[in-house]
Amino acid sequence: MTFRRDLALMWGGGGVLAPLGFFLGATMLVPLAMGPERALLQSAGPPLVWIAAALAVLATLERLFQADLEDGSLEQTLLSRAPLEALVLAKGLALWCAVGLPLALAGAPAAIALQAPVERIGVIVVSLGLGMAAFIGVGLVGAAVTAGVKRGGVLIALIVLPFFAPPIIFGSAVAAGEQVGAALAILTGCALAALALGPIAAAAALRLQAE
Amino acid sequence: MSAARPFQDKPALRVDGLSIARGGRVLFENMSFAASAGEFVELRGANGAGKTSLLRALAGFLKPRAGRIEFDGEDEPALALHFIGHTNGLKPNVSARAHITYWAGLFGAPPGWDIPLQSVGLAGMSERLTRTLSQGQARRLALTRLLVAPRKIWLLDEPAAALDDAGRAMVGDLIAAHCKQGGVVVAAVHEPLGPAPSQTLTVGS
Repeated sequence: MTFRRDLALMWGGGGVLAPLGFFLGATMLVPLAMGPERALLQSAGPPLVWIAAALAVLATLERLFQADLEDGSLEQTLLSRAPLEALVLAKGLALWCAVGLPLALAGAPAAIALQAPVERIGVIVVSLGLGMAAFIGVGLVGAAVTAGVKRGGVLIALIVLPFFAPPIIFGSAVAAGEQVGAALAILTGCALAALALGPIAAAAALRLQAE
Repeated sequence: MSAARPFQDKPALRVDGLSIARGGRVLFENMSFAASAGEFVELRGANGAGKTSLLRALAGFLKPRAGRIEFDGEDEPALALHFIGHTNGLKPNVSARAHITYWAGLFGAPPGWDIPLQSVGLAGMSERLTRTLSQGQARRLALTRLLVAPRKIWLLDEPAAALDDAGRAMVGDLIAAHCKQGGVVVAAVHEPLGPAPSQTLTVGS
């Protein structure tokens, strides 16, 4: 129910296109800025895809709970039959479907533009999907902690970016073709841990925000 | 007795020695009152006296400085009450019908529930996006939350804000009907809503 509603709100509000446009724009500009040298793009490309993806997700977090706090929806959520943690998780899953999945799929053209080998595109998309889940799980906490802060985008970045580091490190390893199996396993662990713990911490922060 | 009273006739809400502070300022101390089934408790007080804070504490949103709040002898309020605050809890690009359907799921509407727009004077507006509603119509839509899923205790913070005379009378009728069914209403008001309150508490004096 919360999942369907939030997914519809994210799609309907056009919130999907901005991060997708940012991600594709940023990654497509890299070859233009660095020139066509294949070896240079191949070495610099994977980290740049991951940094662009992380920043694109970051841009969606500021209003994630802030709007609910301002319009009174959060109070109603607190009076629901369902645990707040489950509702927060549903919101995170909706964000993954609305933003994370499209960004992961957009990783394919971005990786091609950055000279990634074609046979590695599939695993890059999968790793981005896992990385998006990890980013969103952590991002839920940052968004909840800063829900009551006007222009809290910078504060969210300060809170969540250190936790974005492991997925970026292991995601870049996948994109570079280094220890792919192990890196994917660690990414999966990051995603599961973030989605398991993030909603619990975010729900606790939201209860404080509601005061 | 023919009137249906779905709620039990035991003390529904008990407040003992409640103290609330906001921003380091004590709003009130040692407030105690109890409300039984069918009672309408009217909260009065000047702006900033603490009426909203009291209602938010009753709803469980605000942690009191001291004191105890019980609902039918239990500490957990969430499933026992509806709260209508200053904000309406509406999303601008969502229709009235979609809001009500969402609330029905959120609050656990019983099987066979119907969209109660007619009861709040919004008949024929189910497909309207809430950004196209006036302030008064948005308030009426928010009030449908009270009707979608029955809950014993209604906490209302200036429920008739932005409503015209007919809307104010409608709120009074809703309160009277709920109390008649054995519900409890605690409402912060500046003007009388219609039904005679069972008790009037002045907050912050």
